[in-house]
Amino acid sequence: MVLKVFFPSCCSSADSGILIGRWISEQSSAVILAVVHFPFIPVQVKQYLGEVQRVTKVNVSVLGSWSNSKQEKEESLSEFLEDLGTIFCHEPWIQISKEGDSKFWSCSTLQKHSENPQEEEIILVYYDQRKVMLSHLHPPLDTAGQGAEDVSKLSAIFDTVARSQVLFMTDRYDDGPIKLTHWQSDGVEASIIVELLKQASVPACMLLTFLLSLVSGICRTRVLKFWPLSFLWSKLSTCEQLGHRLQHLQVISSNKKAQNQKQLMRKANIFVSLLTDVALGILLMSWLYRKNRIGHLADTLIPVADHVAEELQDLLQWLMGAPAGLKMNRALDQVLGRFFLYHIHLWISYIHLLSPFIEMILWYVGLSACLGLTVALCILSDIIALLTFHIYCFYVYGARLYCLKIYGLSSLWRLFRGKKWNVLRQRVDSCSYDLDQLFIGTLLFTILLFLLPTTALYYLVFTLLRLLVVIVQGLIHLLVDLIDSLPLYSLILRLCRSYRLAAGVKFRVLEQQDGKPLRLLMQINPLSYGGVVQTYRLPTYSCYPRDSWASLCKKLFLGELIYPWKHKGDKQN
Amino acid sequence: MAEERRFRSASGVPIALRRRQHSASCRELAVRGPRLQLRSLSAATSAVWLAAYGLFALSENSMVLSAAIFITLIGLIIYLHFVKIDQESLLVIGSLGIQVTSSYASGKESTTFIEMGQVKDVVINEAIHMQKVIYYLCIILQDPEDPQGVSEVVPLFQSSKPRLDCLIEVYKSCQEILGQRKTAPQSS
Repeated sequence: MVLKVFFPSCCSSADSGILIGRWISEQSSAVILAVVHFPFIPVQVKQYLGEVQRVTKVNVSVLGSWSNSKQEKEESLSEFLEDLGTIFCHEPWIQISKEGDSKFWSCSTLQKHSENPQEEEIILVYYDQRKVMLSHLHPPLDTAGQGAEDVSKLSAIFDTVARSQVLFMTDRYDDGPIKLTHWQSDGVEASIIVELLKQASVPACMLLTFLLSLVSGICRTRVLKFWPLSFLWSKLSTCEQLGHRLQHLQVISSNKKAQNQKQLMRKANIFVSLLTDVALGILLMSWLYRKNRIGHLADTLIPVADHVAEELQDLLQWLMGAPAGLKMNRALDQVLGRFFLYHIHLWISYIHLLSPFIEMILWYVGLSACLGLTVALCILSDIIALLTFHIYCFYVYGARLYCLKIYGLSSLWRLFRGKKWNVLRQRVDSCSYDLDQLFIGTLLFTILLFLLPTTALYYLVFTLLRLLVVIVQGLIHLLVDLIDSLPLYSLILRLCRSYRLAAGVKFRVLEQQDGKPLRLLMQINPLSYGGVVQTYRLPTYSCYPRDSWASLCKKLFLGELIYPWKHKGDKQN
Repeated sequence: MAEERRFRSASGVPIALRRRQHSASCRELAVRGPRLQLRSLSAATSAVWLAAYGLFALSENSMVLSAAIFITLIGLIIYLHFVKIDQESLLVIGSLGIQVTSSYASGKESTTFIEMGQVKDVVINEAIHMQKVIYYLCIILQDPEDPQGVSEVVPLFQSSKPRLDCLIEVYKSCQEILGQRKTAPQSS
């Protein structure tokens, strides 16, 4: 099998020494982690490697020798390096040597105990140690569910480098017996800001947990669970959004460290998403409160409500006349029209009653935009729902009337044909009726049939209005969902440090020379933006349409009430 | 060593196949399609601008002209960066894997690397596309649970669509390297 040597590019200019790393025998590949320089005592090297093995659980051992001679090849050095193979017995013993500044190294192996001592081909793969250590390899999305660790050989290499972090902590300024060269051997890197944030985060988390426990304690008091209030909370989408954000805060402020990459990314995503949300909300608030825009908004609210009511009245007058040239049943028309007109009159009176308080209410409600843009959008959606409450009422009246009519018609149609619905057997059976039953049934059937167009028209008009309001609310909720679930931290990471989210690797063939081993450069292939969003999406209490199009149309035809948006907490009916 | 030969694609457009042997177990095969012609670029631009000028003459709104320029620029950038593939190449490294690269006209390269353990075979397949039967080269991936099963088929050279003679050359080169992994003794 072809021998693959993964060599870190930072060690290309290191002095001569021995190579330590991990040998993966089933793939016949050697992952080199560092170079140990002369002078060293073999016993101490073995001790050090034993310690590293115990801490990292990676099978680190001495793999071979590395000679970097500035002048011509020194014979004595090469013999000395071969003899080292007998002290650190490793099968096969890899010898890499570099002359001067040449790019083309010679690589050979010593096999003492193999049955077929043939010249096997060697491939030299350079890799960037720091990037591979920090990167996280994502398995392809369709196999993510199964245990695919054994399938990917590359994940073994990424794993080896990532888990050997303790090996990279000793730099050349340490006074230990072992002198190593690796990516951090010029000094351990750290950032003061990150360290300060880490120290500050512990008391901040504790404070946040305390505050959250207070808030959730208040929310759970029995007072708020009585019937009118609990009904109100469940209907308002603002409360749901606030509960969702509270849950997020609890996740961030928990003092358990994140176990794996996925949890860490989720915490970071929630944190950044919350920050952006609050920042956008405060921006919105500052825009609203400048130049007294809230006052203008409150002033235009009542005229808008009046205007909507006037439009509805015009619509009803039109329906009571001859709408679109259709001839309605005059009596029923007048009854329905006057009923709805009275409703509108009541509604407008209530709005006018509230009008002196509107500005103050709006001012205080606008302050809650500092909790986040999503909360502001939810409040907007709730205000729309409250202002169009009369449309909702009309829709319910029209739908109930129409539904009754349809059921009555279908049942009397069966009677007309001499059949009956058998509830026990859930099917249509023939039945013999008396003459007077047939007479009254047919009469009622005819009446209902001829009154159908009028009711159907009212039903159609109010259903369309209701659907319009539902669509507007749905769009607002879609926007809220988008802000909630977008993994902003992952996207920014993909933009700035793309090597940390790896979908795979890519190889580039470097200059070759005959007789020397094949030289390849292994680079990290970052995950696509779509893949990032799909992998790291935050779960939401998503509202998606409950019914398919076919069942929606059926419900509309039969006059059943429709509630198109489903919330995760709702029970299935 | 590198050699280049000319072939034709399935639609008659001239393409070039370049083979490079880097070592005994590493081969690179690149299919290069024709570059963007100045003729077609100027024809498309003039058509858009004539239409915009016609609209401007009708509506007397100068926004139409600036919108047309904007649309042309954005459209050209999108075409070069996302649509026009200049070269598709296959890098076969025995015992590591197969790498498939598409280079776009703007210089962007999109790469996929498939490890050798997942590759079951490389075959030439037939497909019925509208009224034609075309041949295409594909990599068959192994199902991890079922040794006889196939989990996925990855088609290659999808935008240049070479004809059978070119595909046979590529197929032979690939099979020489894939054959090595079966004959090489498995050393522990």
